[in-house]
Amino acid sequence: MVLNNIEKLIEKYLNAETSLQEEAQLKAYFNSDDVAPQFEAYKPMFQYFSESKKEQYTKDVPLKSKKTSLYPWISVAAVAVLILGLVVPNFMGPTEKEKQEAQLVYNQTMEAFSLISIGMHEGKSQLTNLALVGENIEEGVQQASKLGTFSTITNKILKNKSH
Amino acid sequence: MNQADFVSLVMPFKDKVFRLAKRLLVSREEAEDATQEILLKLWNNSKKIGEYKNVEAFSMTMTKNFCLDRLKSKQASNLKIVHSNYTDDHTSLQKQVEAKDSVDWVSKIMEALPEQQKIIVQLRDIEAYDFSEIAEMLDMNETAVRVNLSRARKTIREKLTNTHQYGIK
Repeated sequence: MVLNNIEKLIEKYLNAETSLQEEAQLKAYFNSDDVAPQFEAYKPMFQYFSESKKEQYTKDVPLKSKKTSLYPWISVAAVAVLILGLVVPNFMGPTEKEKQEAQLVYNQTMEAFSLISIGMHEGKSQLTNLALVGENIEEGVQQASKLGTFSTITNKILKNKSH
Repeated sequence: MNQADFVSLVMPFKDKVFRLAKRLLVSREEAEDATQEILLKLWNNSKKIGEYKNVEAFSMTMTKNFCLDRLKSKQASNLKIVHSNYTDDHTSLQKQVEAKDSVDWVSKIMEALPEQQKIIVQLRDIEAYDFSEIAEMLDMNETAVRVNLSRARKTIREKLTNTHQYGIK
């Protein structure tokens, strides 16, 4: 490679005007064995650059597939279940079994009521007996009052007789 | 996006992320942690990754910001990042023992550069990005990138020739 050319490239290089190709050219030149003595000073620089590029990142990165940890949501789920358990049955209405039970209870109640009503009827018929008794008593009373008037009349007759 | 897709997307530039992180944070351990952090952040946002037009540039920007934040917090808490990997350059050790010192010297010179210049030299001279890409990553215009790069290169050259001559004389 022409030394003149290298010198120009170095000049451009120091002014940061070289293209990437020209820099690659320089790197290649300084990494070769025949570097002109006047440019010896640049050698370590370019060698260092080339060498630095060989350094690699060797560690493994633990890439965990994103586990959205469930733990914080457990409490939310628990509350949700609780609320559902409390609220939903109120909206759903009675189940078939509950309906049957209700029917059963209704029937039993109705039976009990009818028993009571039968009892009531009996009581009522007894009451009519009582009313009959009452009538008899009233008749008796009337007769007694007749007896009363009779006695007052006899009293009057007796008074008249004594006079 | 499943894990395999993500790995194949990230594979080409994960080393670049690591090297940039190491350039800024110096210590290998710190850089590894930072790289892992960046990759995990990308992975956690892998659903949105399709929306970025240039995932690589985006990741480099992320890395830069992350490392600068890290440095800032270290300085604030008065903790200097110490690196213990001076003798890790096996390649240079095997290849040119005599050149090793000066090659190491370059890394020390680069450590002394301002952060901005460090990043630009890293992105341009080591990772060989276009000026337009670097400008996008750093949110600067291309001229500013060139100016900074030129300054950095001249500083390295100067310090290197000084030590070179110092070594001879």
